[in-house]
Amino acid sequence: MTLQQLFLGLSTLLASNIIFSATPSVDEIVNRTNYTSYYQGQDGKAKVKMTITDAQNRTRKREFVILRRDVPTTDAIENNAYEGDQKMYVYFSRPADVNKMVFMVLKKTKADDDRWLYLPALDLVKRIAASDKRTSFVGSDFLYEDVSGRNLAADTHALIGTDDNYYIIENTPVNPDEVEFSKYIMYIHKTTFLPVSTEYYDKQGKKYKTYTALAVDTIEGHPTITKSEAKNLNTGGSTLMEYSSVQYDVGIPDDIFSERNLRKPPRKLLR
Amino acid sequence: MRLSSIAFAITLISTSEISLAAPPPLPTGLEPIISSAPALPAGLPSSSAPALPSGLNKPKSNAPTLPSGLDSAPPLPGGLESGSSPSLPSGLGSAPALPGGINQVEAQEADQEESFSLFNQDEPFINVEGFWDIRGGVRTQNDPYEDQFSLGETRLQIGLQKDIGPVAINIVSDFLYDPIALNQHVDLQTGNGWVDLREANIAFSPLDFMDIKFGRQILTWGTGDLIFINDLFPKDWQAFFIGRDLEYLKAPSDALKSSFFSDYGNLDFIYTPWFNADRSITGERVSYWNPMLNSLAGRNAIIESERPDEGEYALRLYKTIAGNELALYGYYGFWKSPLGFDVNTGLANYPKMRSLGASIRRPVWKGIANFEAGYYDSYEQGSGSNPFIPNSEARFLLGYEQEIVKNFSIAVQYYVEWMQDYNGYVSGQEKIGQMVTRDEVRHVLTNRLTLLTHQQNVTWSLFTFFSPSDVDAYFRPSVAYKATDEWLLELGGNFFVGREEYTFFGQFVNNNNVYAAIRYSF
Repeated sequence: MTLQQLFLGLSTLLASNIIFSATPSVDEIVNRTNYTSYYQGQDGKAKVKMTITDAQNRTRKREFVILRRDVPTTDAIENNAYEGDQKMYVYFSRPADVNKMVFMVLKKTKADDDRWLYLPALDLVKRIAASDKRTSFVGSDFLYEDVSGRNLAADTHALIGTDDNYYIIENTPVNPDEVEFSKYIMYIHKTTFLPVSTEYYDKQGKKYKTYTALAVDTIEGHPTITKSEAKNLNTGGSTLMEYSSVQYDVGIPDDIFSERNLRKPPRKLLR
Repeated sequence: MRLSSIAFAITLISTSEISLAAPPPLPTGLEPIISSAPALPAGLPSSSAPALPSGLNKPKSNAPTLPSGLDSAPPLPGGLESGSSPSLPSGLGSAPALPGGINQVEAQEADQEESFSLFNQDEPFINVEGFWDIRGGVRTQNDPYEDQFSLGETRLQIGLQKDIGPVAINIVSDFLYDPIALNQHVDLQTGNGWVDLREANIAFSPLDFMDIKFGRQILTWGTGDLIFINDLFPKDWQAFFIGRDLEYLKAPSDALKSSFFSDYGNLDFIYTPWFNADRSITGERVSYWNPMLNSLAGRNAIIESERPDEGEYALRLYKTIAGNELALYGYYGFWKSPLGFDVNTGLANYPKMRSLGASIRRPVWKGIANFEAGYYDSYEQGSGSNPFIPNSEARFLLGYEQEIVKNFSIAVQYYVEWMQDYNGYVSGQEKIGQMVTRDEVRHVLTNRLTLLTHQQNVTWSLFTFFSPSDVDAYFRPSVAYKATDEWLLELGGNFFVGREEYTFFGQFVNNNNVYAAIRYSF
């Protein structure tokens, strides 16, 4: 029995018939959500399939493997110790014209990300300028920032409600001029801290974009969204993102994230 | 215990308030946290119901349904059944991050097993990819020396890739029908004929710190954007000017590439046993300035050249330090284009050339900046004043690229070619009665504009070369539409302007062309 259980058990006895609940602080909720969304395990690997559907129901597919490694060596939520720089290696296989293309990011929490693109037909390692992170990722309804994570300090967070299943968090940008939204509201599942739904509101207060988790799997003890959908209410487009072969703590070596492996992909890891 | 320091805010509310925050509809398989009372947002008086956000007038229906995976019953809060259930959520309490070592060992074991299976079941027996491409282009003016059609071809590219144990085998070949070519004789060096072998190589890592890639391959290094100083691997300028896909700017090398990696730096050493020339302008497809004729020329004066029998060596030493990508380069071989002339045979040739260079690339302000320099030592005897051997040159490049607004980026470059022993060059030209001479220093500015629209399915691009010293320019506009994942449609052009007919871009004034292409990728 942990200290908390003891403590809460004791409180329960004292509280008797009165319903009793515990709500973490806003800071803890958003950190746990950030952790479960982007930082679980020391590293991770997943196969990702995106199906982009436009308003006319035309679809396009993207398939890639994503390798991630965290620079911080701890998963501890305390003092945001889990949070830090991350390295990502994205190896595309579909559509055919981007087959074997690699996108590599060194995501930095305190500076602009470093990004590279490898174009196999030209054997070209192209360094790409840190772009607006709120640009579509590979033409989908997900943005770069949705895939790599948005800095928590970029928004202020308020717990505006809860219900049986969710903490409802309103996030307001610190620098409204840098983003296209005025706020976004997250429904965070209470026990897993997964953002089950996120709704974006434009500057006029109109909801224009939603992200919804459609399936969750607990993988190696880590609750993981394995299927999610982004819907753009303005364009009528949507993108379904499906994860498969998700693994944590694979032991991805740090030197995978290098020019060597852009030119010579680590095939074993990408299977 | 990971959660030991978490501070729980404890809120007591009366049972009557539960109804205000009844659960939203739940999907099948999900058991709601029935007994969990809604907790109040921090700062709200404890007697009031949870404040609802604006726009969330109906919290019950606005709350999202749970996704299918969240179907295990969440643990009941401690208050419901005393002592019977943990107060911590199952996902967090029961699954602390496993020590990295344990999983890592398991993963590595699995990897090793895989590496010994010749035919991995997850993979197809052989990976096949490629495309079918049709493109045609037409000159927008007459060229007395060339066909009106600048481009008219269809090609099928087949790429085969297979891993056998630790060795990757890679073959990419184009099969094409090009009626505009003067002859269909297959030459794998020049790419002439119905087959153009782009890649045929094996790659493996004999040592942890060493990679080998052996065979026909595409090689690229350096920091320039369509300007190459230390990248002395073969280019296909003809393909570039007539509107083939950009990948054809890079011609294949037949080489042994060995790469060594360490914490102190990385080294690439490339040996090419036989000289791989550029697929340069010969007059067959693109008309050019012919100094012998003192006029523009084309199919009337196709440049015949003689390739040296010797090989080439290229070396790169590189390391990234705090985001600065630093590199040193060396090359020992020949001028890549037939800039020399053998008066005995009447053939153009490739004089000896060796070079040293360096580059740096790093983030600057909101973009990426690069600087590259190289010294081309044209070390054949008497090059300084021999009009048939090019002089040595120092070349410099400074570039910057930035995304200006979403999906729109601008890249600019300033490039300088500075001829050494210029007086010797001028006197050499006088000796053979050449009236026109190039400048000692050639300055070139480039500008790339790239705009993505229609959910990044349409790419609008304009690349401009402009030389204020030569007073000439080259414009490369294009628009490409990815109609589907498989089909790409492209329109583009190549436009040259110049005050004189003998400058670098000015000589191509009769080659202005527009082209269209359809490509099916598989």
